[in-house]
Amino acid sequence: MSKFNRRDFLKSGGALLAAGTLPLSLIELAFADKRQNFTFAYISDSHIQHIKGKEFVRNWDRGLMRAVAETNLMDPKPDFVMYGGDLAQLGTKPEIDHGLELLAPLTHKKYFVIGEHDYYLDLGEYWQQVASPLYYSFDHKGVHFVVLNSILTYDEWTYKRWPTAEERMLQMAGLDNPNGSPFMVGDKQRAWLRQDLAKVGKDTPIVVFSHSPLQKIFRGWNFWTEDAEQVQALLRPFKKVTVFYGHVHQIQYNQIGNISFHAAMATAWPWPYPSTYAQVQTRLPKLTVEMNRADPFFERDATGWQFIDVWSGNASVHYSLPENRTRTVAFNTRTRRPEDRQYQDPARHVPPQTHF
Amino acid sequence: MDILTRTLAASGLALALAATPAAADEFTQQDLKLWESQYQAAVKQGRELWTSADLGTNGVACAQCHPNAANTHPETYPKFQKQLGKVAPVWEMVNWCIRNPLEGKDLAADDPKMIAIQAYIHWERRGVKLAPGKH
Repeated sequence: MSKFNRRDFLKSGGALLAAGTLPLSLIELAFADKRQNFTFAYISDSHIQHIKGKEFVRNWDRGLMRAVAETNLMDPKPDFVMYGGDLAQLGTKPEIDHGLELLAPLTHKKYFVIGEHDYYLDLGEYWQQVASPLYYSFDHKGVHFVVLNSILTYDEWTYKRWPTAEERMLQMAGLDNPNGSPFMVGDKQRAWLRQDLAKVGKDTPIVVFSHSPLQKIFRGWNFWTEDAEQVQALLRPFKKVTVFYGHVHQIQYNQIGNISFHAAMATAWPWPYPSTYAQVQTRLPKLTVEMNRADPFFERDATGWQFIDVWSGNASVHYSLPENRTRTVAFNTRTRRPEDRQYQDPARHVPPQTHF
Repeated sequence: MDILTRTLAASGLALALAATPAAADEFTQQDLKLWESQYQAAVKQGRELWTSADLGTNGVACAQCHPNAANTHPETYPKFQKQLGKVAPVWEMVNWCIRNPLEGKDLAADDPKMIAIQAYIHWERRGVKLAPGKH
């Protein structure tokens, strides 16, 4: 495992990828019994934005269309596609419908995580009719998958503060809006999670999907889940836990105890790292080597793609950025944390990893 | 003696100014308040524009990609922008964003909206060292 690299993965895991740059993740779960190996794709944060009538923001549409087209070209075919949330920008029916329409060419079984941009107009009502339940779990070839709705917030904010649903949605849609409110999983869902996990063996690999990070990075932009520690505590008894999250539109990874964290890039646009906001102290996991600065003149730059194999329950994430060198963040069994294969040592950082 | 004082002295104005109660380099609390309130009004207007769909035609706002004006790094401008092939001031990059992601029309360099946008992004970067020409 410690010698594990991309070439080994391609030889042993048998995953072949079309050349190119895919704004999505392909995850391979590898087991000793190769017949059990499987892959799934992970697409997130498309922010489909309605203009008027049949017009939608072209740039965001193209990001998702590209992800869908590339996913359909994958060989071996992923067992399913996980959508990581924020399919819509302002949670409207036209946006959700158009997003689902763009996802429709996928020939795979689809699962969905809900994001705040999908939720705060009607509190997930339409989403549940046409896309997915808000939280659930399922088992697939020996892995227990859990999907959480991590973008809930305080009841007072959700139910009492805003005169209209549209106003509530607009307020939550602004990432840096001081009138927003911190995300949380909440008591009810944590009670459900406790029950759900009670029936799962402690050796079973657990893969959790949430929209917001189940760790606290920067509250000002909601790179944050208010009850993250309580959720982590429920996951602590398990040997191998990996959390994948969207929302942050950038490469992040971390290790907290037994839990590995990996963020997905967006298909829509990249976000600056919190450290580039000079007026506050922020805490990016120090483990994370930041992705290169985006070239604003190339609209797909820093949207990229990643594929992930969970080898014996630990993830290796391969990031491909359109105008940058491919990066690999793999679990190091010696240090017991995810590390960048090439750039982890500060002496090996490249100039575009310095952010202004 | 600085150049201004010397020039004034040469033109005979220095004496006249010295005799006036409010000398050129003395400003009052009232002055400070005025300047601050004028500047902050521009910052506020800039923040409103930053988060508004009105600069473009497709509903996209600056803040969608630049929360708190992060990643605009005004302290590096004017600088060589390789994609423009020349040394450009920050307002030209603002216009590039208005034309492209926002699908809108350029603002004039001296449009009060353009001034307000620059006031806002500079305010969010206050305290950061000048880094002229970087990246």
